[in-house]
Amino acid sequence: MRTMSQFGNDLYTGKTSFPFVGRRRLWFIIAAVLVIGAALVPVFRPVQFSIEFTGGSQFTVNGVASPDQTLATEAVQSVVPGAATKVTTIGDDAVRVQTDQMTDPETRDVTAALAEIYDVGEDSVSSSFIGPSWGQDVTRQSLWGLAIFLALTFLILAIYFRTWKMSVAAIIGLIDVLVITVGVYAVFGFEISPAAVIGFLTILSYSLYDTTVVFDKVRENTHEDGEKSGRTFGESVNLAVNQTLIRSINTTVVAALPTGAILFIGALWLGAQTLTDISLSIFVGTIVAAYSTLFVAAPLFSLMRENEPEIKARDERVLAAREKALTAA
Amino acid sequence: MAAPTPVRHAWRALIGLLTLTALLFGINALGVFVFTDSEGNPGSSWAPELALDLQGGTQIILQANTPDGTPPSAEQMDQAASIIRQRVDASGVGEADITTQAGNQIVVQVPGQADEETRNRIEASAQLQLRAVLYTASPATSYVGEDGNETPYPSPDPTLNATPSAAPSNGSDPNWITDALYAEFLAYDCTDPENTPATEPADQPLITCQNDGTAKYILGPVELDGSSISDASNGLNTQNNQWAVNIVFDGEGTDTFGKISQRLYGATAPLNQFAFVLDGSVLSAPSMNAVILDGKPQITGNFTQDTSKVLADQLKYGALPLSFEVQSSNSISATLGSQQLQIGLLAGLIGLILVAIYSLVVYRALGFVIIASLVVMGVLTYITLCILAWRMGFRLSLAGVAGLIVTIGFTADSFIVYFERIRDELRDGKSITSAVEDGWGRAKRTIYISKSINILAAVVLYILADATVKGFAFTLGLTTLIDIGIFILFTHPVLQLLARTRFFGGGHPLSGLDPEALGAVYRGRAQFRAPVDAGGRSASQRRASKSRGEAERRQTIAERKLAQQSADTRSTTEGDD
Repeated sequence: MRTMSQFGNDLYTGKTSFPFVGRRRLWFIIAAVLVIGAALVPVFRPVQFSIEFTGGSQFTVNGVASPDQTLATEAVQSVVPGAATKVTTIGDDAVRVQTDQMTDPETRDVTAALAEIYDVGEDSVSSSFIGPSWGQDVTRQSLWGLAIFLALTFLILAIYFRTWKMSVAAIIGLIDVLVITVGVYAVFGFEISPAAVIGFLTILSYSLYDTTVVFDKVRENTHEDGEKSGRTFGESVNLAVNQTLIRSINTTVVAALPTGAILFIGALWLGAQTLTDISLSIFVGTIVAAYSTLFVAAPLFSLMRENEPEIKARDERVLAAREKALTAA
Repeated sequence: MAAPTPVRHAWRALIGLLTLTALLFGINALGVFVFTDSEGNPGSSWAPELALDLQGGTQIILQANTPDGTPPSAEQMDQAASIIRQRVDASGVGEADITTQAGNQIVVQVPGQADEETRNRIEASAQLQLRAVLYTASPATSYVGEDGNETPYPSPDPTLNATPSAAPSNGSDPNWITDALYAEFLAYDCTDPENTPATEPADQPLITCQNDGTAKYILGPVELDGSSISDASNGLNTQNNQWAVNIVFDGEGTDTFGKISQRLYGATAPLNQFAFVLDGSVLSAPSMNAVILDGKPQITGNFTQDTSKVLADQLKYGALPLSFEVQSSNSISATLGSQQLQIGLLAGLIGLILVAIYSLVVYRALGFVIIASLVVMGVLTYITLCILAWRMGFRLSLAGVAGLIVTIGFTADSFIVYFERIRDELRDGKSITSAVEDGWGRAKRTIYISKSINILAAVVLYILADATVKGFAFTLGLTTLIDIGIFILFTHPVLQLLARTRFFGGGHPLSGLDPEALGAVYRGRAQFRAPVDAGGRSASQRRASKSRGEAERRQTIAERKLAQQSADTRSTTEGDD
């Protein structure tokens, strides 16, 4: 078995080379299948939104002798089986129960059930309804933030790399990441909570970050090659991606380890909802981001540039010179 | 002077980092020991403040009341919630959570114990009215009679005339003051909780007091309400260098205020004054010093920067056609949150150990540099969070904790990028010292551009997003900045120094910088080492002859041929060892 550094050496020299650019048609087809698949998941399994987005019913039980949270879940389930409940202890003697939005008769029944199970009078149970204020406010503001962030990123990358095509490739790669991650979210039936949104925003930043690191090597290679290069443009891009492959693998592993640890522990201790929500999206997102940079953004960039007349002409010269070198050998 | 330049640079950077760390600890120590508040409590502490979901906090439920008692509309409630959110946000970075519920309630969750100021800020939101001043006096409820004794004013005699003798022609008409009203005014006690000027009818004169109880007033009926104020801000008056509050009225407000100013300007005091009434008490009762037709009056007086800001905020956010009543206020014990904090810390610890093991496996002894950098990162982040909790009221939420755990990976990436670049340089056959310098030169470009994307994300989200996301964006931006700082001031200098030790500089097999293991391919740019080259050549030759059509597969051989041809032209810049 080759060691990691041996593998790195071969990638660096080009002895080992993964055809990220060469087989791009295949990668694009796979990416398209993944994106369409992810986009179709919600059709069969609707994305769950948490109470902050959907609004819902909230019950507060005051004057409880012992705020046992499982009792509240039991009481709600006895009235509406399968209702999603979220129980919080308030102070020493009160329990807050958040559930899906309930009809009036259901609300009355749950109130009665809660009063009975905690052994308090029905007047100690207050019920109310949560308007989806967080969801509306935050979604609107986040979308604005997202749009402005993408526009600025587009500009910065275009200025830094001196080509807007890298910006386009990076942002398409990002969309790929977001769609697939949300799809995975839906498949696992995790609900989209404020914490999950924060996770998505992290991925947003991480995905562009990861693409930028790889693209900077692409810039270095394609720029340094200049006229004398023995590689076509696509080959230069491919070599750059291969040369940063070890970095991509190491970074993905290192980023996924802590989030994986949160997920693992969250799965053992139930109730760590916020943490698992954030870490699932980031865990999936970091892996998908690495994939997307390698298999979508980089080949896409190569595809967009290859047809520029200047690059096309140079590629033809390179191929012709190579043909000559081969026959000479 | 014996030490070469990079070494001196390295020591300078490390000393700089040490100074910075000492400075940060010093600042926090100042906060803990020197800057205490009036009650002697330390301003800062040695632990970061935690947000509501981690340490419990205060929940205040407000009930909104409309002046006519009808239930507020959903739109009004939304407006109320976002205005209260703005108020709470304006008081600090803390993740206040504001939701509406049950049609007329607003739930405000504030981390920690809500102090008096925050409470007042939240509860004070009420309807703002503009009324002309008809009469003003000291808040006394008694007089010194002819006998020299202090005598309380009598309760108003119910037989006194309570309807104006002549119909008042405008809001400043003294005819509003009937005998009954005047008697009531004289006996009016500003401190009596039974008096509820906030709920008095808008179309009648009002007896009320200055909000600090220093004066009482008879005011005319409401002529404008807060909804006609489109903006209010504080600023320094350039002419007299005093703090002032600038108000901007909307179109209708401009017309009405223009008429009021024409009526009031030049009238005898106190009829030239008008009062801003919030929740029934007078915030300010300036006199009209000019006719103001552009709808942009300025209030001057004995303002400080702070008091002018408070008044401007009250005017701006007080423009709600609703009054609020605190329904319940209780503290939340976040048992779930503290449990999650433990889980988070445990997960973070496990994550760190896994990252450490992985770093050591992949980078051998260099892995210790990653671990040390992460430790420095942890220390700096911790102390910065303490200082921010003190200076900006930053509170670490569960989302923030998750953000910090996640940054372990992001931070480690800058080192990974750097080390990979160093290895690439070594593969090009450079000495370890120059590989460290050249690798740094390339890696730092990549790090700067990619980290600036992270910072951009953090800044945009911080400016635009809601309070919950703000906390996260703040953590992200902060850790990214610290990460770059450590990259420059710690990781690179440490490597510069390590490259000069025998263990690393000599490329010990366990150092992670072993040129042999890294297959330093080229001696110069053009000299290939036989084993690697031969293997590559024969394999690719075979493949090349088989598949002529696939250009990328022939890359290796063609690349080598051309590299040989062009070697002399390319070697000058990089073969500097």
